[in-house]
Amino acid sequence: MGIDSLVGGTIWDEYSDKVTDLMNNPQNMGDIKQEEAEAMGTKLIVADFGAESCGDAVRLYWAVDPETDIIKESKFKSFGCGTAIASSDTMAELCKGKTVQEAVKITNIDVELAMRDTPDTPSVPPQKMHCSVMAYDVIKKAAAQYMNVDMESFEEEVIVCECARVSLSTLQEVIRLNDLTTVEQVADYTKAGAFCKSCIKPGGHEEKDIYLVDLLDAHEKEKMIAGSSLGTAAGSNAEFAKMTVVQKLKATEKVIDENIRQMLISDGGDMEILDIKENGENFDIYIRYLGACNGCSSADTGTLFAIENILKEKLDQNIRVLPI
Amino acid sequence: MNVYLDNNATTLVDPHVFAAMEPYFVQKYGNPNSLHHFASETHPGIKQSMQKIYAGIHAKDEDSVIVTSCATESNNWVLKSIYFQYILTGEKNHIIISEVEHPSVISTAKWIESMGCKVTYLPINHEGLIESQSVRDAITDKTALVSVMWANNETGAIFPVEEIGAICKEHNVLFHTDAVQAIGKTPVDVQAFNVDYLTFSAHKFHGPKGVGALYIKKGKELTPLLHGGAQMAGYRSGTLNVPGIVGMGTAMEQAIDSLEFEMSKVREMRDAFEDELLKIPDTFVVTPREKRTPNTILISFRGIEGESMLWDLNREGIGASTGSACASEDLEANSVMEAIGAAEDLAHTAIRFSLSRYTTQEELNHTLAVVKRAVARLREISSSFAYAPDGHVCGLSEAH
Repeated sequence: MGIDSLVGGTIWDEYSDKVTDLMNNPQNMGDIKQEEAEAMGTKLIVADFGAESCGDAVRLYWAVDPETDIIKESKFKSFGCGTAIASSDTMAELCKGKTVQEAVKITNIDVELAMRDTPDTPSVPPQKMHCSVMAYDVIKKAAAQYMNVDMESFEEEVIVCECARVSLSTLQEVIRLNDLTTVEQVADYTKAGAFCKSCIKPGGHEEKDIYLVDLLDAHEKEKMIAGSSLGTAAGSNAEFAKMTVVQKLKATEKVIDENIRQMLISDGGDMEILDIKENGENFDIYIRYLGACNGCSSADTGTLFAIENILKEKLDQNIRVLPI
Repeated sequence: MNVYLDNNATTLVDPHVFAAMEPYFVQKYGNPNSLHHFASETHPGIKQSMQKIYAGIHAKDEDSVIVTSCATESNNWVLKSIYFQYILTGEKNHIIISEVEHPSVISTAKWIESMGCKVTYLPINHEGLIESQSVRDAITDKTALVSVMWANNETGAIFPVEEIGAICKEHNVLFHTDAVQAIGKTPVDVQAFNVDYLTFSAHKFHGPKGVGALYIKKGKELTPLLHGGAQMAGYRSGTLNVPGIVGMGTAMEQAIDSLEFEMSKVREMRDAFEDELLKIPDTFVVTPREKRTPNTILISFRGIEGESMLWDLNREGIGASTGSACASEDLEANSVMEAIGAAEDLAHTAIRFSLSRYTTQEELNHTLAVVKRAVARLREISSSFAYAPDGHVCGLSEAH
């Protein structure tokens, strides 16, 4: 526990100069009236996100050219603290001149980066990161309205930590592969839970569907089910098909370490195991190539066959190796 | 112009207090428990200061006023000792506190609750007050302690300590009150009311930080938390904080001398300031002013998030506070606004101004002008009053 943790200063001291300036003089604050949008030959989009009862709310106004989908004008109004106002302002600025489809790709991380004074210093303290998440959400809401689709359709995966944009699948994988047991470890590996802390456990600033403690708990249970046979299971005697997922991973890792990894490293590459899934009678082992293997022409042919054959021979004939 | 209106958080040290403490740093620095003259030259100052402290709360000489490091220590001491003496032994199984106690009471209560003690959290009503009947209803024959603050830090609401004390006496239940916000703002008399334990802290009434006290009525002794050299008759070990004791004694004397001024002049200034603030549309103040300490205003400005208001005030040199913070990791940060049943959209709009006997009319005039400018600017930014085209379905409740 360092001095800053023990007697830290005020959070306002951690705001970048840009955040301070935007709070004092927001550049895109205001509204767009129906008549103004029409006069520009554009369609008016008005989207709300957040709630005063939760401490922050934002209303985003877009004037969109219906021919090109380009956002001609972008303004906001916001109920919230200084970082909420500065984030909303930055978000509105980033939308300008982009098509609606491009704007949807703006994330809270882009907003936070745009408010930095220097590339390496965060613009807001960790607990204020959620203010920029709202700025991101309201863009999706506005775009959904314009494109007449459901807001959720913009999300390709389930995001557990919105501040750091860490997905459910990433978290499950990292927890499992590294056998993580604490939320601090999860934050160290993925940054999830390091900001507003809402995703750690219920009772935080925002309510969530999935919490990090649930994922850690699920991992613990998985290990318990794996039970006392874990020690011998990784050995050559145990049958691969009867192993738990964790045991399978360990056994696969062992074979790769002993037979394959050296070969890859000598060529300047490496690989990692992402997941093992049962697929009918097959065991699909998902891997990712690293270093020189990544993009190598034999990665999908010779090298892949070599890896698959060794695993088949050492573990189970029904193994298939799928690079991602 | 710098204006300090956060006196419920802490206060400036009265220059008389500072002057009284000064000799005890470089000249009279002896350890009072030693035998030599370095020790004995500290004794008169300590004794006089303790007399002022006893007198300030009307403690009898047979009672104990134990000097602690802060109100948090005093509050912890009461609840934890009650746990050791009555709950752990199985004699009792229950304590009662209000839901708006200081965290040093609530967190300690939750801790002993986790170890098996039952805890009742008394609600406040729409005026921000505790109703004494709720104490009567909650008491069982297994209740060890009632702990209800004398005055609330956020609203300034003065709780019915006299009635609660009488109910406790009637039911033979121990009564503790955290009087941190009461000393120097309203008369505090442990004899007139049935108070067994009373907490206070010097820095809330123009004394130094790092020194507080716990009054313990004769016969209601507590198990010590700090064991060691048996200072303070063994109640609390640790070398006496001599400058702190002298500072608290002087501050107490000053607070009692200034009580009349606080209850008349400070109240008058506060009321006039409040009248002007309430002329701003869409504002309201929690707790009727006659039921509050004379220095406190908790006011809600609709459509303005509290922290952004503090930001604008701070830019113009004004220090105030808010019970809520957008940065809070705890959703219950706005306990008072929620507990009085204020509309949900106002939960994050409360600002607390707390005056002191050093607050001037000029400072309040400046503050009023700044508040008006801030309200205009922030309501212009606010989505709460923003334009929406015809047919727009307001979706300001979907997130979170």
